[in-house]
Amino acid sequence: MFRSKDGIGKANNPRIRKYSFRNIRHDFKMSWEVYLLAIPILLYFIVFNYIPMAGILMAFENYSPKKGFFHSAWVGLKHFRDFFGSYYFERLIGNTFAISGLSILFAFPAPIILALMLNEIVTKWFKKTVQTMSYLPYFVSVVVICGLIKSFCDTNGVITNFVVALGTARRNLLSDPALFRPIYIVSDIWSGIGFGSIIYLAALSSVDQELYEAAVLDGAGRWMQTWHVTLPGISSTIIIMLIMRMGSIFSVGFEKIILLYNPLTYETADVISSFTYRKGLIENNYGYSTAVGLFNSVVNFVMLLISNWIARRFSETSLF
Amino acid sequence: MAIVQRKSKGKIAFDIVNYVLLTLIALVCVMPIWHVMMASLSAPAELQLNKGLILWPLGQSTLKGYELVFENPSIMVGYKNTIIYVVLQTALGILCTIIAGYILAHKTFVFKGFLMFLITFTMMFSGGLIPTYMVIKNLGWIDNRLALIIPGCMNAFNIIIMRTSIQGIPDSLEESAKLDGAGDLTILFRIIIPLDKATIAVLILFMAVAQWNSWFNAMIYLKSRKLFPLQLILREILIQNDVTQVFYGADAASRTDIYKPLVRYCTTIVATLPILCIYPFIQKYFVSGVMIGSLKG
Repeated sequence: MFRSKDGIGKANNPRIRKYSFRNIRHDFKMSWEVYLLAIPILLYFIVFNYIPMAGILMAFENYSPKKGFFHSAWVGLKHFRDFFGSYYFERLIGNTFAISGLSILFAFPAPIILALMLNEIVTKWFKKTVQTMSYLPYFVSVVVICGLIKSFCDTNGVITNFVVALGTARRNLLSDPALFRPIYIVSDIWSGIGFGSIIYLAALSSVDQELYEAAVLDGAGRWMQTWHVTLPGISSTIIIMLIMRMGSIFSVGFEKIILLYNPLTYETADVISSFTYRKGLIENNYGYSTAVGLFNSVVNFVMLLISNWIARRFSETSLF
Repeated sequence: MAIVQRKSKGKIAFDIVNYVLLTLIALVCVMPIWHVMMASLSAPAELQLNKGLILWPLGQSTLKGYELVFENPSIMVGYKNTIIYVVLQTALGILCTIIAGYILAHKTFVFKGFLMFLITFTMMFSGGLIPTYMVIKNLGWIDNRLALIIPGCMNAFNIIIMRTSIQGIPDSLEESAKLDGAGDLTILFRIIIPLDKATIAVLILFMAVAQWNSWFNAMIYLKSRKLFPLQLILREILIQNDVTQVFYGADAASRTDIYKPLVRYCTTIVATLPILCIYPFIQKYFVSGVMIGSLKG
């Protein structure tokens, strides 16, 4: 998707090597202002992205802030061994995959379905109103969303009352480990369904109208049109979105999780990123936490490469 | 004729179901916020007894909750801080993003490919939470506003959107400016920025909303309450259920219990309302923003 079309800055004279001193000097003379502008940008990425990458070495140390980065004791792979051998390892992997998997299964198709439904609407004002209303949750902050969930799922909350009316025991739904994932996924659908549908609606609007006319001439009904014209028309968009989503299957953001979970629900709610946060910034176990974070980053990176490779094989577009 | 009749009956049934379902979805999307809005206007005594969704203010509607919120120093300080962070970070961020996008769209710059790789690689791999935290700590930015303004003001994704958009500007404009002796800075500020207002507006919008809603960095980097953004205060009130900071008057103890739910609702609205008010008007921009980001990107 982001592959550059024009290649890298070409030397004016093809015989001169691109990074040769002469070429750089020439380029600098031509466009020194660009060099000047590039300095803060480069500095930013070095300081906030690349120095932390170097800081990953903490994962192999018993890092202590007093001794600092260069003087902390080197422990090699100890943190990794501890993590892989620990009771948490399986639980964290399992939870991460479960939450991500459920989200792909339920939260991923939701915007597609909404877009398909909206696509069938001819009344313009109605379509617009529904769209505007459905975008709203996207702009509500995570803190507020979690606050709402907390109050709705409280012992006396609106949702709890509803669930009790269906015949279950009254309790705080957020302290029930079995309910954490459903709550997480449903709230994800709520906040993302409208905004997520934008891209599919755009894809739908570019489906050739003549195809529908042809289908009608062939006697296709509503469902047949959806199945044979609409879905194939947006399938490439769906596939790309799905592949990109699969690439991040191992990364579940911690914001909503650390706002909603509690020790009672760790068994179903604790994921790698929330564990990293807890170990590192609450228990100050820096080295260990960095090791767990590194493991997560590496797996994410590999997943991204795989999904990008698949995307490139099956379609024109890829991330890089 | 008969066939047409039957078809249209099925179509009518389908349409009815579709309209009803979509209406329901739309209602479910706004209902929780509506509930909070109505609850925030309700009489506190009735509010405590309430068990269902609130469609209309309960009892004698009152603005008492809002009075308490606006009297409260920590919420007002949070509001001020949020505005500071949003304005400064968005201003800095958009400037840097435009510059980075311009450099990466530049025709001849020798290190363009190298810089592009450096920037896109950050989308794929990161040092992670703790090493980043350590960098901020070593910069001495713990409990400093800078920690919420500078880190995160740029990201690879926005830069690539910007770059793609700048690449879409016809070369001839830049070339004729160059023939007239314009340097890169002149081109950037006189040609690129005025021509790319739409993309810039979209990016500003997304950056501002993201910063308005963010809380995590504030939580880990800030220690003193006078620097807290609104979302962090909200977290105390909504998540940790702690309103003691909100009522620190002498008669607080007696009032706390009855006003507690009311204050929670009012704070939510106060924090969310600015965004809720503007988003319907700017939605056509963010639709185009999503499109630039995902398709052309």
